[in-house]
Amino acid sequence: MTQHNRFSKGGQIDRTTPQQFVFDGKSYEGYAGDTLASALLANGVRLMGRSFKYHRPRGVLTAGSEEPNALVELREGNRQEPNTRATTAELYDGLTAKSQNRLGSLRFDLLAINDRLSNFFTAGFYYKTFMWPAAFWEKLYEPIIRHAAGLGSLSLKDDPDVYDKGFLHCDLLIIGAGPAGLAAALTAGRAGADVIIADEDFRMGGRLNSETFVLGDDSGADWAAASVGELQNLPNVRVMPRTTIIGAFDHGIYGAVERISDHLKTPEAGKPRQILWRIYSQRTILAAGATERPIAFENNDRPGIMLASALRTYANRFSVTADKRVAIFTNNDDGHRTARDLHAKGVKIAAVVDIRPDIPRSTDYEVLQGEVIDTKGRLGLTFVDVQLADGSTRVLDCGALGVSGGWNPNVHMTCHQRGRPQWNDTLAAFVPGADLPQGMTVAGAAKGDLSTAGALEGGRAAALATLDLKTTNVDLPVAEDAPIALKPFWYVEGCSRAWLDPQNDVTVKDVKLSHQEGFRSVEHLKRYTTLGMATDQGKTSNMGGLAIMAELAGKSIPDVGTTIFRPPYTPTAIGAFGGRHRGQDFHPKRLTPSHQWATEQGAVFVEVGNWLRAQWFPRDGETTWRESVDREVLATRASVGVCDVTTLGKVDVQGTDAADFLNKIYCNGFAKLAVGKTRYGLMLREDGIAMDDGTAARLAEDHFVVTTTTANALPVYRHMEFVRQCLFPDMDVQLISTTEAWAQYAVAGPNSRSVLEKIVDQDISNDAFPFMACANITVCGGLRARLFRISFSGELAFEIAVPTAYGDALMRRIMDVGAEHDITPYGTEALGVMRIEKGHAAGNELNGTTTAQNLGMGRMVSKKKDSIGSILSEREGLNMADDLRQIGIKPVDPDALVPAGAHLMKMDGPVDAAHDQGYVTSACYSPNLGHAIALGFLKNGSERLGERMRLVSPLTQIETEVEIVSAHFIDPEGGRLRA
Amino acid sequence: MIIEHPLLGPRDAAEFTYMGDAALIDRPDWQSQTAAQDFYEYGYLRDNPAGWHKELWFHEAGDRSWLVVTRNTVTHEISTVELARDVARARGRSK
Amino acid sequence: MRYSGFKVIKEALTGHKGWTPAWRDPEPQSHYDYIIIGGGGHGLATAYYLAKEYQQKRIAVIEKGWIGGGNVGRNTTIIRSNYLLDGNEPFYEFSLKLWEGLEQDLNYNAMVSQRGILNLIHSDAQRDAFIRRGNAMILNGADAQMLTTEQIKDRYPFLNTDDARFPIKGGLAQHRGGTVRHDAVAWGYARGADSRGVDIIQNCEVTGFRIENGKCLGVETSRGFIGGTKVGCAVAGSSGRLMAKADMRLPIESHVLQAFVSEGLKPVLPGVVTFGAGHFYVSQSDKGGLVFGGDIDGYNSYAQRGNLPTVEDVCEGGMAIFPALGRARLLRMWGGIMDMSMDGSPIIDRTHIDGLYFNGGWCYGGFKATPASGFCFAHLLTNDTPHATATAYRFDRFQKGLMIDEKGMGNQPNLH
Repeated sequence: MTQHNRFSKGGQIDRTTPQQFVFDGKSYEGYAGDTLASALLANGVRLMGRSFKYHRPRGVLTAGSEEPNALVELREGNRQEPNTRATTAELYDGLTAKSQNRLGSLRFDLLAINDRLSNFFTAGFYYKTFMWPAAFWEKLYEPIIRHAAGLGSLSLKDDPDVYDKGFLHCDLLIIGAGPAGLAAALTAGRAGADVIIADEDFRMGGRLNSETFVLGDDSGADWAAASVGELQNLPNVRVMPRTTIIGAFDHGIYGAVERISDHLKTPEAGKPRQILWRIYSQRTILAAGATERPIAFENNDRPGIMLASALRTYANRFSVTADKRVAIFTNNDDGHRTARDLHAKGVKIAAVVDIRPDIPRSTDYEVLQGEVIDTKGRLGLTFVDVQLADGSTRVLDCGALGVSGGWNPNVHMTCHQRGRPQWNDTLAAFVPGADLPQGMTVAGAAKGDLSTAGALEGGRAAALATLDLKTTNVDLPVAEDAPIALKPFWYVEGCSRAWLDPQNDVTVKDVKLSHQEGFRSVEHLKRYTTLGMATDQGKTSNMGGLAIMAELAGKSIPDVGTTIFRPPYTPTAIGAFGGRHRGQDFHPKRLTPSHQWATEQGAVFVEVGNWLRAQWFPRDGETTWRESVDREVLATRASVGVCDVTTLGKVDVQGTDAADFLNKIYCNGFAKLAVGKTRYGLMLREDGIAMDDGTAARLAEDHFVVTTTTANALPVYRHMEFVRQCLFPDMDVQLISTTEAWAQYAVAGPNSRSVLEKIVDQDISNDAFPFMACANITVCGGLRARLFRISFSGELAFEIAVPTAYGDALMRRIMDVGAEHDITPYGTEALGVMRIEKGHAAGNELNGTTTAQNLGMGRMVSKKKDSIGSILSEREGLNMADDLRQIGIKPVDPDALVPAGAHLMKMDGPVDAAHDQGYVTSACYSPNLGHAIALGFLKNGSERLGERMRLVSPLTQIETEVEIVSAHFIDPEGGRLRA
Repeated sequence: MIIEHPLLGPRDAAEFTYMGDAALIDRPDWQSQTAAQDFYEYGYLRDNPAGWHKELWFHEAGDRSWLVVTRNTVTHEISTVELARDVARARGRSK
Repeated sequence: MRYSGFKVIKEALTGHKGWTPAWRDPEPQSHYDYIIIGGGGHGLATAYYLAKEYQQKRIAVIEKGWIGGGNVGRNTTIIRSNYLLDGNEPFYEFSLKLWEGLEQDLNYNAMVSQRGILNLIHSDAQRDAFIRRGNAMILNGADAQMLTTEQIKDRYPFLNTDDARFPIKGGLAQHRGGTVRHDAVAWGYARGADSRGVDIIQNCEVTGFRIENGKCLGVETSRGFIGGTKVGCAVAGSSGRLMAKADMRLPIESHVLQAFVSEGLKPVLPGVVTFGAGHFYVSQSDKGGLVFGGDIDGYNSYAQRGNLPTVEDVCEGGMAIFPALGRARLLRMWGGIMDMSMDGSPIIDRTHIDGLYFNGGWCYGGFKATPASGFCFAHLLTNDTPHATATAYRFDRFQKGLMIDEKGMGNQPNLH
């Protein structure tokens, strides 16, 4: 018979919509509105998992997100989702789930042997052993421990679902849609405030859905449904079920995860699985309710032993009983409610066991004063042993036991900004402290108002107060208003294997042992025993541990303190935090203006930061990248080549103080640079280390264009703005980054002038436009452009820039007019080869630790003016006699490799760190020279040209003999530049 | 965090890039006799208070203003936000 | 009491009655030869090595709260010695060697697990830099290996090698790197120090230094004045706050670094993996949680908590490199206070005040340094000269221009 634990009527499930599901290979049926847990219970399945350490049988403890036990692997294949709480997993037709953390079947878990050995596996036992022999830890002990540990498994297949992110703003965020949250939302919503109300459950209403109370003339669930319906119709209210507020961050920002598709077999087309919202709220009402806590007694962890309130939720909301015979163990009046509700539905109440002398009596079932001292049942509860107040014992025959130790307000979010909760004696629980996150108030059970009437009133009052409303048109229904009647009781005297944390298998005995060994602070207890470190973060277990600690230390519970509550409120899919930033969309792609054209040429692209740049342009018949790069280099040096250099940063500097400004940011002088001229500039950080280099072109008296390296475009611009705004605020100078505003191409090679002459409207002969000239020009009969006669390759070269919109056209035109010279497009590799051949420093040399001295530019640092970095560049450590100097390197054997990253050693000295002489920064094969060449830094290098050295790269197992040479491999006199 | 930009209103801190103590505005005189020591202290030593801290934030994804934000390093509360340029001028910086 | 498997079995059979507190809870004495401020990993290790290696006596560790409650109690547990620069690499290699014998030395299983660490490479420039670094490691006597993309695929088939925005182009591995059970390090050192007579005084906050005529005579605490011949400060994260009580300004800012752990999972990750094109690194604890982190939030903070943009940034990096991660859940996030120094490297040095010594500026590399930091600080405290592997960690290096700047970011702490 299916669903034999389902009542014949009632509950908030849709019996007209049966749903088939599979658990551990077996098929079952439940209804729409069920959770996996309620559907399993309806089918008489109590055993749902195994504990972490002892592999003890585990069933549901709760009916909510605080569940520590009933964790399953939900779904299959690449959607497999480990550690999903069966208590929150919404049932859907076709759901599949597996139990986890077992070796063999769930019923016969071979690792249950650990339970037999539990006396050895006490708290912290692993710190005391497994140390001999030392090598056995990694080889033997640890692999065994690792394989036994862990809970569910990750599929290791790429997550196929999409996650989105979004931003929401509101006047009032209400966290939780129980009676307090709904009353607050109605109050604020009817008053016209922009309200967001979020609840982690798929059915809003909180405990109203789980209780049999009436609110006025309605059932609680109907009142909740009607209220939610009204809120949904208010345009100023956003109702967000299935949405967990995960954390309270600074300045009223809350993280929220909305589960869009987790109740479906697969997300609908185009829909994400989940959305991570950042909610910016002016005010927040925390109405997150309370969580019932258990009582520790011997063997209190068997499937069938649950929180009393959870039994009530299953009965009232899901129309399910965990068993036909149920007992209750309580220290407060609330536990009796479960007995009443279940009895009314025809469940046999074996007895209500209450520790208190003055117990509410019942004519319907037996009420006993006493304590539960043990339980039986290998895979599920069968009997409960009770010791009565008079010392006699009773055995209760039952398959479920509801335990109630009182309620803990869900104060977590009040502590996310390190506020501390306060102790409340009436509740014997922590309630929110005074130090709340900015804009937050707390209402309802989360504040300690546990009655329905108190929650409704508290919610309304909180909304009125926080929005500063004088009146309201919300009339609250008459509701249950029972006082708190509770006697604090945490564990049954004498118990030992009594579970506090049933997932991590932390028992009363472990806490006592921890105390005995001196782990007496709450943080030590947590870390030594792992109490509260399970996936529920101690929501049901921490208080018991604290109470025992307090007793052992002779302190009060608040004096023992609490551990720190940290986000997220419940575990959150990492995919949701990642959003769409994965795969190719991890970072945006920046494309250069010639990208389309380069793609048509079959270019191979490389990531340079977020840019994609053409790396080389393979031609038919070329089988290796080197063939292409060698060809591009040779063709450029022999005739002409073109390369997109748009990615270099460009900063437009204008104003009457522009030249003075450049004098500040560059270590070398710019005041005397003539209009129409360009100069190389070296920029230091204030600490005297080279920050970046580039050129500054003076287009007018009060107008410069500064270029930066690709990588430093942003930091250099930021730095320039700092210097302008913070250091020299009265300078008449304005800056704007124009990196993407201009498409810029290097046209290099002896025929570059002939090519450009065909498109530039002005005279660019050597006389009219000599080396380092710059000008605003026009091209192609009138298009405004900029031309710079600068060269990174060492050839006669120009950089030409046009507004980006014309970048593609200009490249195509250059290629057209260059055809007669066989113009060759070249990529970043050829660019790199040519700059190494020429000895120009680039990113590998400007690595954030090199000085002007290291680069051989020490004399560039002007001492006649104030510039950033000039003073600190004079420190002794940056000016040592044997400082590194940039040098060139060539192999003695022309066929040998010279790998970048290799270190330089003296020919006859030892090869170790103490004798390290320097290292290779950049290396390549020079097709012009026919052998490898490299740039590097060598101690006192400028004095060591001609020296033979050992180049060692033990990492890549290369060692070769090299000669130290000038870094200028090609045209050291610079004749080509000026041709 | 939210930074109340003096010109642009409340902005998410993610729009900004942080640099550090606003004392970095007080760059020493390069011609002073004690310039070496002054620049060392300016460049390297920090008050690093647990409490109120004046600090520099750059509105990188915004109007490119440098701001001086007075923020509590223990609570992250922000009390005032000013344009760094105004602060610099008020502290006597010019050209 | 000596721990052993035999002892565990014996106690199991006799009701665990024989276990005694791992360390005493003594009242502070009026004077010590050495006062170590800070009962974190570094402070406890310092006391341990002072007593054991340097045979010193009358030592106290003073802790404001409970020992091990600072960064040693909340970090991502990684140990490695894959540093580039001369000032750093010998020190971290010394530390790694100490880790390798630590458990037998301490008679405490801190679960030192040399599961290996892998730094992924995504560009040619990064490869050049990692080759230089790997060579520097080997030249300093450490181990390093360059892995090809294929080798990485074999070991970590679930890393994104098909559709990555920044493709994996290899990786630098240090097989001797790995992870350690972080809390156990504090407890192991505490127990070892205590058994050698060190007084570990918890819940004792230092409220000031007693300094007369340029000499430190001891510390004022919430439990009264405690005299000390030599006072060593090892409170990284709070160095600025503490040293301000001695009127010192430091080349340090305090920043928040967040870290994260997932729910427990069956083993998926054998070693530590670091993504080189985003802010993400991850390992898996013996308990099964994926322990991961990324960059600091970037602003000065003592709040021990961070904000969502950094959480998202780290998880984005995770999803980019490890796309199966999406279905695992983030269980807990936390924030620690980092002493971010001006060059990204630490300081172990005397101060200008006689008898007052400083250990701090660990940025987010402090955990792996714990043994060597303690050893070198103990050396300095005993001899007044730096240990051979820590000669570069001086206060005056900034004044002299001898920075140890691994990342090359200069005097801006949040960039290191």
